[in-house]
Amino acid sequence: MIPPAFTYVRATSVDEALGLAAEHGEDAKFLAGGQSLLPLMKLRFASPTVLIDLGRVSDLSYVRDEGTYVAIGAMTRHHDVATSALLRSDVPLLAHTAEEVGDPQIRHRGTIGGSVAHADAAADLPATLLALDATFVVRGADGQRSVPAAEFFKSIFETALEPGELLTEIQVPKPANPAAWSFQKFNKRAIDFAIVGVAVQGTSVALVNMGSTPLRAAAVESALASGASAADAAAHAADGTNAGSDIHASKAYREHLARVLVRRALEEAAGRS
Amino acid sequence: MKVELTVNGKDVTADVEDRTLLVHFLRDTADLTATNIGCDTTSCGACTVLLDGESVKSCTVLAAQADGRSVTTLEGLASESGEMHPVQRAFHNEHGLQCGYCTPGMVMAIVSLLKENPSPTEAEVRTGLEGNICRCTGYHNIVRAALAAASEGVQ
Repeated sequence: MIPPAFTYVRATSVDEALGLAAEHGEDAKFLAGGQSLLPLMKLRFASPTVLIDLGRVSDLSYVRDEGTYVAIGAMTRHHDVATSALLRSDVPLLAHTAEEVGDPQIRHRGTIGGSVAHADAAADLPATLLALDATFVVRGADGQRSVPAAEFFKSIFETALEPGELLTEIQVPKPANPAAWSFQKFNKRAIDFAIVGVAVQGTSVALVNMGSTPLRAAAVESALASGASAADAAAHAADGTNAGSDIHASKAYREHLARVLVRRALEEAAGRS
Repeated sequence: MKVELTVNGKDVTADVEDRTLLVHFLRDTADLTATNIGCDTTSCGACTVLLDGESVKSCTVLAAQADGRSVTTLEGLASESGEMHPVQRAFHNEHGLQCGYCTPGMVMAIVSLLKENPSPTEAEVRTGLEGNICRCTGYHNIVRAALAAASEGVQ
């Protein structure tokens, strides 16, 4: 399969990328690692007429210690997030989750910013960043703004990014107890997206693929705050979710998986800390 | 657009459509047909090549993205005198293939894996090959070949 015809342009800096986006308007799309966008284009689910390649914007690829948080450039590849010594020690949940994305070849190309901006509810990193209370730094023609993860994911494949805006940095607060993490993913083949996934950091719990966006398991979190056991809190894992039914699983099965996986995740996180 | 890649150490320059995928560039422009197209959906790994030394699925990379960079395909592994790369030799010795369709991608994925992790455990080899599917299900001998190559100290 060959993608529909488009014009390829290349940016070497954020300013140049924003300029190209302004010039080409809403028919243009930013190309990060291309591991989601190119398959969608090959299937004709997306047909941008201009692709603005960010692959040479080298100053968006970094993992930096900022004291209370870790700053990650949007073009940092999953492979580099997974192998970052800083993240492995200070935010091991994120390093581990990055290693769960796709397969080694995909992790050599795919980027954290691409995954966040693509906003697939079945993807591992958006829910993990939601559990970690990350903040997303966005630049546009009017300057820079910061959007908390809780306000970023709007609907299926829809985010708070306005046309022409570019996600440039992901800021991840260092958890008080980094070891209290777990990531659970249930799928059929190793490379498949999660049928349901769960990210836990301390008492923060987020769900993969239990609705049109990544979700915080608010009912679980409030049960934990009231002193419930992991097992009792996990019984609320499907409360307030809106899982769909598809060829992989029914809604009821997803809700069952959410309860089981949240219990396992809470127990594993507690056992590690 | 004009793209210029270093493929197996040689410059390959061509004027291609912007939407040209790396795998088509390799097969149709550079005339290197060891790299197979299997699923064409970033799943099976048959099209795995090295981009600047790291495994990628060439059905999901644009030739334009690889412009100015270095690509290694299966044809680029053997020495100039024709001596097989240790991973190729290990596939031969361990009978690491049945129909052979997945083999070029498997070999390239293992070369990349051993570069990152020169002495993997069997479990690490299996995890490291999660992006490559063998529809003959000949995984045991493929994993043996990877471990044999690792024990030779290939990097």
